[in-house]
Amino acid sequence: MKRPTGSETARSRTMVRGVPILVFLALWELAARFGPFSATQLFPPFSAVLEELVRLYKTGVLSEHLVRTLGRVLIGLCLGTTLGVVTGTVMGWHKATDRSLSPIVSLLYPIPALGWLPLMMLWIGINEMLPVAIITVGAFFPSCYNTAAGLRSVDGRLIDAARILGASEWRILFEVALPCAATHLFAGLRLSSGMAWRTVLAAEMVAIPTGIGALIMKAESLVRVESIMSCLLVLSVFCLVFEKFFDFLEKKWVGTWRERCA
Amino acid sequence: MPEIALVNVGKHTCRNLHLTIEDGEYFVLVGATGAGKTTLLNIIAGLVDHDGTVYLDKIDVNRLPPSARGVGYLFQEPALFPNLSVTANITFGLRAQGYAQQAVHERATGLMDMLRIGHLADRYPHTLSGGESKRVALARSLAPSPKILLLDEPTANVDPQTARHLRGELHTLLKKLRITTVHVTHDLQEAEELADRIAFIANGSIQQVATPADFFFNPANASVVEFIGTPTLLECETTTTLASGLVEVVAGELKIIVPYTGNRIQKIAIPPDAITFSAAPPRGPMLNHFVGRVDDITHSNGSVRIRVLVGNDALFSEISESIFANMGIDKGMEVHGGIKINRLRYVGW
Repeated sequence: MKRPTGSETARSRTMVRGVPILVFLALWELAARFGPFSATQLFPPFSAVLEELVRLYKTGVLSEHLVRTLGRVLIGLCLGTTLGVVTGTVMGWHKATDRSLSPIVSLLYPIPALGWLPLMMLWIGINEMLPVAIITVGAFFPSCYNTAAGLRSVDGRLIDAARILGASEWRILFEVALPCAATHLFAGLRLSSGMAWRTVLAAEMVAIPTGIGALIMKAESLVRVESIMSCLLVLSVFCLVFEKFFDFLEKKWVGTWRERCA
Repeated sequence: MPEIALVNVGKHTCRNLHLTIEDGEYFVLVGATGAGKTTLLNIIAGLVDHDGTVYLDKIDVNRLPPSARGVGYLFQEPALFPNLSVTANITFGLRAQGYAQQAVHERATGLMDMLRIGHLADRYPHTLSGGESKRVALARSLAPSPKILLLDEPTANVDPQTARHLRGELHTLLKKLRITTVHVTHDLQEAEELADRIAFIANGSIQQVATPADFFFNPANASVVEFIGTPTLLECETTTTLASGLVEVVAGELKIIVPYTGNRIQKIAIPPDAITFSAAPPRGPMLNHFVGRVDDITHSNGSVRIRVLVGNDALFSEISESIFANMGIDKGMEVHGGIKINRLRYVGW
């Protein structure tokens, strides 16, 4: 049997990924046009959602709100993941600190990010800092937890080998341990970015009058279902872009030597 | 001057160990799995807390970190840094210790040439075979020029042919570099081939320290005998030189041709796994072949011990139950035997 060439394999992979999406969109279009909700405005077809998306873009409304949301996500995500990776590194590297901090992290991690919202509203007030603070908290825990878990799982023999060879603790951490924990670390970053987008939407819907979340709430009050769906579509695309960005970084960093270290 | 001395050392299974390893010695520690061999290496390297005192060059190093002990360590699993290329792995210790870039490069190149791994320089550990990984790990541990090298089962997890090559390379290389070496293995043949002295460890205590020949001819106690398997000991009557490096020794009715360059062989020890028996005459050359009568067959713990009389000499062989079941050998039968000469040990002059 003839083996598929590289381009044939790539083509078939694109088909496998693309065809289900096209089928889904086609079913959506058909169900909206001919289904039980076709007479109402509650379930617009995909084409109407696209039209609305173009309209929102052309009028500048989408850009105005998206820029605010994106800014909040970027700042909150940077703060949350930086704090999370640093804390996770200290926990994963230093056993005594791990023993002290682990119970606190385990206790706070299950609290949903939105659970912090009432507290933050009282502590910070309703201003630009509120969504950033909520995103920071939401992004902190997955990064912290996964980084610590990754460092704990590094093969102790690698650390022993580096120690015998005369490496300082910093060199061992940065040249051996963290690269070996990279898979865990990036899994944490991906979870954090997903958490950031979910959290910002909720924070903007509940407390802040600007951003994509606020736009959705405004559309809901005007029963503009196609607007709501357009905003959700934009959010999901950005969420995916962030995830792919972290995938790209991971491949860039560990792609040449990817292997299980533990 | 003793290079390594352990005084009253204890940790986990190891208890009250006393051991002295001389400067430049190739010292092999043998024992079954779980006997405490690796623990002993970890104690010397400073990787674990322990009771007692470790002296390196007469200096108490109990409080010294592993990096300050001048020790190289080749782990059973090569433990190569997966994110670094072969070259970066080898130079890791030198870079960590702040050597100049030129010196680092020269040392790495020299070691890679010596261990014939230059072609692997840019490869990453996950692309290496078991034998290649071991060589790279050896180069890495030798790079900072350690005074002592600790080898934990260096030939484990590689195919027998690669293991044989590695053994040969280790012996030549470490003798050339005159590094005091402590080599841990459970393979007695490997110990015999490499060791200046062998120590046998069982249940955390050292049972015997001896030269390979002494180890065979004068086992210290029952646990050593059990580990090496009771060898057949033959008193040799005459030694005739056949050709350069080959002699024929006569022991009772047995004539054995062996590689030997001394004047005379007094005694020969044949390990039980170096004697083979079969009911039918073996195919191929009849060198070191004999015919005897099965005198006794003993079954114990999945293995079978066969005692065969050749004239007045008794020869012992040990094989697994599964192999014995297909041999068709019984007590009183006449059997054909062969001797693997590479496993023989001699006392001579």
